[in-house]
Amino acid sequence: MSQKGIVKHLDSVEEFERVPVPQEKRKGWGSFIGMYAGEHTAGTEFVIGPLFVAHGVTSSDLVIGLLVGNLLAVLSWAFLCAPIATKVRYTLYYMLEKICGTKLTLIYNLVNALMFCFLAGAMIAVSATAVGIPFGLSMPSLNDWLPNTVGWIIAVLIVGAVTTTVAMFGYVQVSRFANIAAPWMILVFIAAAIAVLPDLGVRSVSDFWVNANEKIWTGTPLEGQSKFTFWHVMFFAWFCNMAMHIGMADLSILRYAKKWYYGFSSATGMYVGHYIAWLASGILYALFLMESNYSIEFAPGPVAFRAAGLAGAFCVIIAGWTTANPTIYRAGLALQAIRPKWKTWRVTMVVGLITTIAAFFPALVMKLLEFVALYGLILMPMGAVIMMDVYVIPKIGLKSNFAESFNKTFNPAASIAWIVTLILCLFINFYYGMEIFFLGLPGWFIASLLYLISSKLVQHLMIKERTVNK
Amino acid sequence: MRTSLKLISLIGLGLTLFPSFFVFFGVIELDPNKNLMILGTILWFITAPFWMNKRVQKET
Repeated sequence: MSQKGIVKHLDSVEEFERVPVPQEKRKGWGSFIGMYAGEHTAGTEFVIGPLFVAHGVTSSDLVIGLLVGNLLAVLSWAFLCAPIATKVRYTLYYMLEKICGTKLTLIYNLVNALMFCFLAGAMIAVSATAVGIPFGLSMPSLNDWLPNTVGWIIAVLIVGAVTTTVAMFGYVQVSRFANIAAPWMILVFIAAAIAVLPDLGVRSVSDFWVNANEKIWTGTPLEGQSKFTFWHVMFFAWFCNMAMHIGMADLSILRYAKKWYYGFSSATGMYVGHYIAWLASGILYALFLMESNYSIEFAPGPVAFRAAGLAGAFCVIIAGWTTANPTIYRAGLALQAIRPKWKTWRVTMVVGLITTIAAFFPALVMKLLEFVALYGLILMPMGAVIMMDVYVIPKIGLKSNFAESFNKTFNPAASIAWIVTLILCLFINFYYGMEIFFLGLPGWFIASLLYLISSKLVQHLMIKERTVNK
Repeated sequence: MRTSLKLISLIGLGLTLFPSFFVFFGVIELDPNKNLMILGTILWFITAPFWMNKRVQKET
């Protein structure tokens, strides 16, 4: 399809951006179950599972931590995001425009786009580790922040250029390809892990737990890595998609759900992608560690190739690529909201360039856990703002949808809640040493309280101003 | 035709997953498993596009 054809095609698709999704367009369980399972089995899974191993998680902490953390994530989708999505049936961006005004929504879009660029950058780097296998590319290690070889930069550049070009001209096809790859990808994860178990000393089901404790999730972090506990695992599993559930980004998806309880369909993504795939990729990495005498090299490509051959290497490339591609496209759309006159392909090219430059730095992959937690934390306060605006603001005698009600382009109360929450979280992090993985919980309460207090003050001032003007 | 394609796709997925259990139980070595996995991968990707996403294409 030509670029003109794609643009025309995209223009013709009715996405109900500024109106509630009509009854006849609402979807059943099936759409959400498949979508969540596919979306959460991605390139990131090849990094997160191994990083838990590197951070010295014990088997029981991981198994129980993931069980509880993923359950909390599912409950957050089901009880926080989905009820609002099916009540208002607007996209996140339209909700933000109504509450926060166009100016603050633009800032949100910019931040969101930047976060998407970094996430896509990490995925390009993951793919590059597999692309570099036939060339004997020297891979980055866990403590690397900067690119260490010219070969690495060239591999990233090639993957980045291909990914960006495809995102510019063929997003629809990539999205279809990603749908096809999803079931195969999860099977590759599972098969690769099962096949290498004998090499880790597991020869029967009853052997698994003993060997898991001794050889896979040993409880001892690798050199230069901090120690993770049950709480790290639980909070990470809960908050790694914080931007989507508590941060309300999935309003845009769940507004199509016939019933609020379709939010529970996120369980497929959590327990297939964020449970089975994380355990499987951890197993593969443990074998690599054992065979490499606990080398701190960190490259998902060769790890998957060792276990599953070409299918494993392709899986890493495809997982990274199919995650990076829509992410670049989404970042482009977010940026286009700021510069509506720019052509989509030009915005995507700029985003792709930023993403590829970001991917040069292995720190994005090595610190993916921290980055994902930061991503959720930064966008979370806006979710708290939406939550308070829908449920609490009308009950305390204030007006919901401030920007729309008062005809304003900027909501000072929401900006106070957002910025002050992040400053306070930073303060808690520096002053009390609370790690980033745990900040989301106090942060949500701080943001909610700040929004209520500042809304009371701002709306009181607005009404007073109106009375004086009359 | 569609049913045959679906069947081949399922065989592809089966070849991707099930031989790994044979490796686990010591029936085959890891290398043949890798070959079967890539064979399964090829079967899946050459047949699945013909029946998956068809509803999405019709809708758009």
